[in-house]
Amino acid sequence: MPRMLFSSGIEFRDSQREQHQFKGRLAVMAVFVLLMFSVLLGRFVYLQMTQHEHYHTLAEANRISILPATPGRGLITDRNGLELAYNYTGHTLEITPAKVGDVNAVIDRLGEIVEISPRDRRRFRKLLDESKSFESLPIRARLSDEEIARFAARRYRFPGVEIKARLFRLYPQGDLFSHVIGYIGRINQRELERLEENDELPNYRGTDYIGKMGLEQSYERLLHGTTGVEQVEIDSAGRAVRTLSRVPPVSGANLVLKIDAGLQALVFKAFGNRRGALVALDPETGGVLAFVSKPGFDPNLFVDGIDPQSWNELRNSPDRPMLNRALAGTYPPGSTFKPFMALAALTYGKRTPQQGIADPGYFWMGNHQFRDDVVGGHGWVDMHKSIVVSCDTYYYVLANDLGIDAIARFMSQLGFGSRSGIDLSGEATGTLPSREWKKKRFKRDWFAGETVSVAIGQGYNAYTPLQLASAMATVANDGIMFRPHVVDYIEDARTKIRTPVEPRPLRNLEWKPEHVAVIKRAMVGVNLQGTSATAFVGAGYSSGGKTGTSQVIGIKQGEKYIESRVAERHRDHALFIAYAPADKPKIALALIVENAGFGAKAAAPIARQVLDYYLLGKEAGASEAARGAQQ
Amino acid sequence: MIAYYARRMARLLTARIDGPLLGAVLLLMGAGLVVLYSASNAGWTRVSGQMVNMLVALTVMWMMANVPPHFLMRLALPMFIVGLLLLVGVAVKGEVINGARRWLNVGITRIQPSELMKIATPLMLAWYFHRYEGTLRARNFLVGAILMLVPVVLIARQPDLGTAVLILASGCYVLFLAGLSWKIIAGLGVIAIAGAPAAWSMLHGYQRQRILTLLDPSQDPLGAGYHTIQSTIAVGSGGLAGKGWLQGTQTHLDFIPERTTDFIFAVFSEEFGLLGNVVLLGLFLLVILRGLVIAANAPTLFTRLLAGSISLTFFTYAFVNMGMVSGILPVVGVPLPIISYGGTALVSLCLGLGILMSIQTHRKLVHT
Repeated sequence: MPRMLFSSGIEFRDSQREQHQFKGRLAVMAVFVLLMFSVLLGRFVYLQMTQHEHYHTLAEANRISILPATPGRGLITDRNGLELAYNYTGHTLEITPAKVGDVNAVIDRLGEIVEISPRDRRRFRKLLDESKSFESLPIRARLSDEEIARFAARRYRFPGVEIKARLFRLYPQGDLFSHVIGYIGRINQRELERLEENDELPNYRGTDYIGKMGLEQSYERLLHGTTGVEQVEIDSAGRAVRTLSRVPPVSGANLVLKIDAGLQALVFKAFGNRRGALVALDPETGGVLAFVSKPGFDPNLFVDGIDPQSWNELRNSPDRPMLNRALAGTYPPGSTFKPFMALAALTYGKRTPQQGIADPGYFWMGNHQFRDDVVGGHGWVDMHKSIVVSCDTYYYVLANDLGIDAIARFMSQLGFGSRSGIDLSGEATGTLPSREWKKKRFKRDWFAGETVSVAIGQGYNAYTPLQLASAMATVANDGIMFRPHVVDYIEDARTKIRTPVEPRPLRNLEWKPEHVAVIKRAMVGVNLQGTSATAFVGAGYSSGGKTGTSQVIGIKQGEKYIESRVAERHRDHALFIAYAPADKPKIALALIVENAGFGAKAAAPIARQVLDYYLLGKEAGASEAARGAQQ
Repeated sequence: MIAYYARRMARLLTARIDGPLLGAVLLLMGAGLVVLYSASNAGWTRVSGQMVNMLVALTVMWMMANVPPHFLMRLALPMFIVGLLLLVGVAVKGEVINGARRWLNVGITRIQPSELMKIATPLMLAWYFHRYEGTLRARNFLVGAILMLVPVVLIARQPDLGTAVLILASGCYVLFLAGLSWKIIAGLGVIAIAGAPAAWSMLHGYQRQRILTLLDPSQDPLGAGYHTIQSTIAVGSGGLAGKGWLQGTQTHLDFIPERTTDFIFAVFSEEFGLLGNVVLLGLFLLVILRGLVIAANAPTLFTRLLAGSISLTFFTYAFVNMGMVSGILPVVGVPLPIISYGGTALVSLCLGLGILMSIQTHRKLVHT
């Protein structure tokens, strides 16, 4: 019992002690709890007060995404409002190569859901080579609603593949305006660098396309517009939840051309399958009324990125459809050069209108005989007759009297051999022969005999149809020269306020009115009883013109050019320049039909159709065009 | 007559309830529902589901409050043994969900035996130390440690680091409160530091990753670090007064993962700010300190140890969860007590709080 008591006494004491110890331990834990909670509180104060700004910024960066709001590209219409280039929303299927493993395998699997043609694949391959792997590249454009639905249902199988709504550029007139409008295409590395240099890159955030050719290129800045900024709230998956703020984009300006699509179509049709170019200008403003280069190409091919096969076809075609003949094709002007030569003679006092020669049909210079195209000659030829009958001998003699320096000076003022400054890029300068030019080009001195060839528009002469048309317009406008321009109005996309492209007189050549009158009278004579009289029989207006034929290959001494014996592509080019009405010219034009032979036969009838349409109205033009097509 | 029965009924309902604890729990539950409504994007589905969970949990709490502690003492050993058997069962033929073997299919339903061990382990240890009250030797602490470590190791291997940590903590609290010598504690501390590399090699890859990520979350911003980075941003951007209820951008734009469950504190903290956090810490502290007071007043070693362990485990939940959400502890699957969505943890926590109430309200009936 004592032991029990003792023991229980110990137990009691132990228990007391243990309880005491327990409370001590509890106190330790309470302190521990308070300490740990203080650590938490300290952490909260640190995060929510000291570092609040930092985390606030991070949270905002998390939720706010700044998206570019892409402006709509400006529309391009003809003078009557017919759309030549516009946009439509379409859906593309796009692959981000960096997000998919085996691109080809993915395309194969996509091919089971939407149609993917070999052309699409080739095009994609090309894009892939040209782009960075994190860019989203279209494999298919213009998806149908059904295709969208089919893909949407299976999209989980295709990470890195998305359907995107994009604005597409469409050129409803196809090849008719290809050399005027040009086309847009995906921005390439070089263009990217240029944009960066010009600090334009921010404005191209969200834009994949840029003008590559034609008006699309030369008016790129206006057509593109100003990119807006949209602040959107996004969730963790990057989906936009709502718009926070928005600086709306400013749509690109619309371009209204001076060109009449009806006239353009008429010219296109009149050329038929032949190659060539025609430029028609308003002499009083320089406005372009028609601008054709045949053959054209379908600019729509380029918008999604052209596939290599189509590209090779275009590039390797012997017809060279990608060459803008009106702007960058250079041809000897042939006899269309004569009116300008005559004007030079009058201006520099080397001839009077009445001064004439007795034309034997040839001209000897040293031991070289320059022939006229009429064997036996034209008889007595004064300046008027030299233009009406296109007498070469008159100009052989004149060339000698004027000399190459005077010719080069006069022709240079008329715009030959320099860019006209038209609002299209890619213009060729052509070749205006001169002593300096020859020295530079061939390191040889000028021969007097070469002046003789130049005087009849052959030899080294090589000008663009645009230069020829501009020179014609300048003569028609009595020496006041305007810069040619395709765009008539620039229209604000929102307000529809139109700003006219002011006609810019380049220079007044200050010809004597009586001199110009001589030339004009002679050109009217050409269409009345001269080389192109047949083409202008019964025209309800008076007009001036001049035929031309330019040699593609040189004809040896003592040899005669016989059209049927010459390979098609070595045949002469047919040229024609014209203006009308004669008293107050409203239109001036130049055209060339490649390898078509004599200018009067092949080129003048096309000019007739153009003048009929422009001066007499659509009906006449249309019936003429129809007749032309039947022939 | 009716009034009499109503009074009797009310007495029956409230007799074993501890006022301060119940008050704190109800406030926490209210806060929980408010945050949950925001965390589930103003949807009622989870909120109403959680209300049911809360009713169940309160009922369990009331029931436990009415179970006398000496009855619990009798349950301790059988519960622990059944729990251990189930854990072994899980290890042998448990179902693998999300890469972890935590569930056991017992025919009618699947159960998670580790949940049971959360209460069974401290109960067992408290019972064991109570049995040797007054004659405690180092040997007893060794046995206690082994009793604790068996379930901890089994659960850590499932793997379920969160639960293992909680059970380890609850066991350690019992050992500490039972009077484990400071010398041994110091010794263990030295061994722990020395043995850290060995422990490191025993961790699973993802567990190591979590610890590494804690040290430098930016190392893996889209992977393991994402949770911590986003929840830290949520807390920090909340500022002093918070962004306002339903106004948390991190929450509503889906940047906070698991935002109704383990990361609900990020939602609370973003929308109610530092002031809200202080109130929440206060409520948790109220529960914990009340529990410690109950432990201090408890009449037997068993009830003292049990009450102390339950209170401190509650603290562990709160500390580990808030620590992990605010980026000072690695991400382990520990919910915020009472607040996080989900019934299991809520019921087991309330069960513990019910036991605390029982210990408090039965203390005069127990004879020493």
